[in-house]
Amino acid sequence: MSTMDDNENAVLEGTAGHDGDVPEDSPENGPWGPVLLFFFVGLAISLIVGWGIFPQLLYSKKEQPVDFNHKLHVEEVENGCESCHYFRADGSFSGIPKISDCIECHEDTMGESEAEHVFVTEYVHKGREVPWMVYAKQPDCVFFSHAAHVKMGEISCETCHGHIGESDHARAYEENRITGYSRDIWGERISGFKKETWERMKMDDCAGCHEEMTGRITSVQTQYDACFVCHK
Amino acid sequence: MKIDRRCFLSLGMGLSAGAVLTPLPWKLADDSSIWSQNWEWTPVPKDDVASYEKTACSLCPGGCGLLVRKVGNRAVKVEGMPRHPVNNGGVCTLGLSSLQLLYGPTRIKTPLKRIGNRGDGKWEKISWRAAIEAVAKKLGDHRKKGESHMVAAIMGSDRGTVPQLMARLLTAYGSPNFFRMPSAQDAYESTLYLMHGVQAMAGFDVDNTDYVLSFGSGLIEGWGAPVHMLQANSRWKATGTKVVQVEPRLSNTAAKSDEWVAIIPGTEAALALGLAHVILKENKQCDFVSNAAFGFDDWVDENGQQKKGFKQIVMASYSPEKVATITGIAAEKIVRLAKEFAGAKRPLAVAGRGSGNTPVGFQEMMAVHALNALVGSINRPGGIWTVPEPDYVKWPAPEMDQIAAKGIQQGRLDGAGSSNAPYARFLLNRLSQADTKNKYSLKALLVSGANPLYSLPDTKAVQKAFDGIPFIASFSSYFDETTQYADIILPNHVFLERLEDVPAPRGFHKPMIGLSQPVVSSKYDTRHIGDALIAIARKIGGTVSSAFPWNNYETCLRTTLADKWPMMVKNGFWWNQSYLPSNNGAGFHTPSGKFEFSETVFSTYQPVALEGDESAYPLVLVPYDHMRLSSGYVGSPPFMMKTVSDKIVKGNDGFVEINPETAKKLKLADGQSAVLTTPKGSVNVRVNVFDGIRPGLLAMSRGLGHTAYDDYLAGKGVNVHSLMGPVEDPLSGLDAAWGIRAKLTKA
Repeated sequence: MSTMDDNENAVLEGTAGHDGDVPEDSPENGPWGPVLLFFFVGLAISLIVGWGIFPQLLYSKKEQPVDFNHKLHVEEVENGCESCHYFRADGSFSGIPKISDCIECHEDTMGESEAEHVFVTEYVHKGREVPWMVYAKQPDCVFFSHAAHVKMGEISCETCHGHIGESDHARAYEENRITGYSRDIWGERISGFKKETWERMKMDDCAGCHEEMTGRITSVQTQYDACFVCHK
Repeated sequence: MKIDRRCFLSLGMGLSAGAVLTPLPWKLADDSSIWSQNWEWTPVPKDDVASYEKTACSLCPGGCGLLVRKVGNRAVKVEGMPRHPVNNGGVCTLGLSSLQLLYGPTRIKTPLKRIGNRGDGKWEKISWRAAIEAVAKKLGDHRKKGESHMVAAIMGSDRGTVPQLMARLLTAYGSPNFFRMPSAQDAYESTLYLMHGVQAMAGFDVDNTDYVLSFGSGLIEGWGAPVHMLQANSRWKATGTKVVQVEPRLSNTAAKSDEWVAIIPGTEAALALGLAHVILKENKQCDFVSNAAFGFDDWVDENGQQKKGFKQIVMASYSPEKVATITGIAAEKIVRLAKEFAGAKRPLAVAGRGSGNTPVGFQEMMAVHALNALVGSINRPGGIWTVPEPDYVKWPAPEMDQIAAKGIQQGRLDGAGSSNAPYARFLLNRLSQADTKNKYSLKALLVSGANPLYSLPDTKAVQKAFDGIPFIASFSSYFDETTQYADIILPNHVFLERLEDVPAPRGFHKPMIGLSQPVVSSKYDTRHIGDALIAIARKIGGTVSSAFPWNNYETCLRTTLADKWPMMVKNGFWWNQSYLPSNNGAGFHTPSGKFEFSETVFSTYQPVALEGDESAYPLVLVPYDHMRLSSGYVGSPPFMMKTVSDKIVKGNDGFVEINPETAKKLKLADGQSAVLTTPKGSVNVRVNVFDGIRPGLLAMSRGLGHTAYDDYLAGKGVNVHSLMGPVEDPLSGLDAAWGIRAKLTKA
């Protein structure tokens, strides 16, 4: 080993001595060209990976078990979103309807769509719950009361859920492979920027809206509403 | 173009610079921090519809009403039922942690048959059909051989439809041997039987009393209905009700009382009679004793024999000075306490040590009851009430064939109710007696709602007695000590899965029945004991079968509760809110038709003689109870074990409390290991040097030293029952051993 090292040192010293009078380091002379090129290649690779490939790899796409048509349902029902996503007598929110709620109308096949056929034969007739994947599912550590926001705060469904009520098809559910959370929590844009209120539902989004609507900062440490508002 | 080392360094720089311009590092940092919190073993409760179900707790005799919060079909929290007459929204640590009894790993999941030796823990799964057939065949065989009286049953209670079904099975089958586990209730029942002439339960109107004199009762440590008493204690503090705790150690109750009287243990009867002496001397007794009592003054019986009255006995033998030497309490203090007690508007004296599972001598219990009688605190607001035994189980007497009639005629194994123990109903303490007074031996034993192999004193002798019983069937939901020693297990649903009436909360002053309703559907292949008993009876056939006309237990319960059923389903309980006991002649069914002071009981002072020789065993060991450990038939769940102090159990080491003075004599330092020996056995313990205990006394917590259950409970501490033996009260035949002589030596 030591012999090899010695040889290398000798070569390096020799080269330096030989090229000493021509400043190789100047850009015009070429050696900086490849260096710069490699820098930009590296930069480009990172940018492509970071902005293009990484988001593709990070999320897995899963189709919903039934291609649900929100638009059609909203047209059919009388009470808008609350027809199916209602508040229970005790004030708790029903969230995703159970099969028993669906059966009230879908006892038998309605219409001729493929989705309806799948729904009635696979779930209604078998009495199984549809394993819907919830786009807006918050982590378990978050306490969220729909009643406080919708009834007391008078916030519309769209503020947080967007225009899902106008969709013809159930879009694919994208799950973060690392965290297991829905992509909707971080937001569609990998950059994290958002234009609309519903585009991202991280803690800062909750806190920002709380501050805006209540005008209150109760925690000195976080400069937001205190932790226990959501983390109970 | 020359590609050299610098190019690659540059590429690296480019990659790095590019990376920070993308969301990749920031997003990865965020995601990995979330990932680190989302371990797959972190329990995440399911999101579902939340609901509350009403039920009644049967884990102790307290009979609390419960509201169980459910999410979907899973029970997630146990709460007290608001406005329930017993616990008014409160719940104890055992009730709170009872979900672990439902979902924990110690449950028995299917019927099992023993395949190894007894206690080896080798079991074979069998079907319910096979289990029922096995029990029915065994019982049927003994019946054919004319040995029906040699079959016994041990249960935690004798009240309600399930114990009554068991008793009915035995009666129709031909056995008089139904046993209830012993407790201070036995002494109270015998006292009421002798002094009032009624078969009744003792109830305490604790909400309306203004002076409580407790003879060692753990008022806030599980005595009576535990949650009811805790709430009463809070009200006493608010209303200024004085609580005097007579107890040789500073229990939690003593610590929270207004006055702690550290008595020499076992002399409580003398103190009660000494107080009676002062009351009589000061002429502070109420009219009740002169108007409605018999045996208060000297009297002459039908044979013309002169009999001593209670007054004369007490005046002659229990002066404060004399009592002071017996009890170790100054005479002036005895006089003051007596005056305070008699001077209060609604005083109440209570007995039954600790949670009420420690035996009480008959004389002590009757002396305390006599104190209540002297001040008129009997069957009046704020006093002790006679509460009638539940009377809703009105089944026609079962038809008995010849075999059954002959079996019943053999008489009880323990002689309870016979001439040598006329006031006792159950004498389980006689089961294990070495000098056996038993007329015959048992061939089969059925056990439910009880853990005799753990809870009865002198566990070794009990085990020996069990060894002599060829067939033991357990209906337990858990592998408790007794069940581990059984031959066949027919697991009952646990209480949160079970429909059952829960009558007569211990110490509650009004008739009341709670309804245990299935909060969740049964999780394993278990079966309601009521259904199992009906099936066994059917299989035995003949008159035994026809004694059970119900198709299943639910029908039995519904028809038994009759018009109470709809209200009980709706409210979770039924009670006779307006109940008031009669305190005139109508309430007494003694031969004289009055309240009676028994000459036999009071004539001489008879303290319970503890087992063991004083020279060999200079110390006295007593058990104690507290709210953080279950001392009943069900073992403490892990949540409870986590709340127990390091001064009671640390790791696997159990502690005994010892006075610093005694510790110094024995050269033992706090926390040091020692060997505790009683005539019943020897164990390793550690000492907890504690100022709040009388010198010469050792105290050990009940509820430890299980060999059964899970790692959280098994092997922790020492089972104090294994160190104690029963001492029969000569007057009642009941076990009266509140302690045992002991010695402590350095390990």
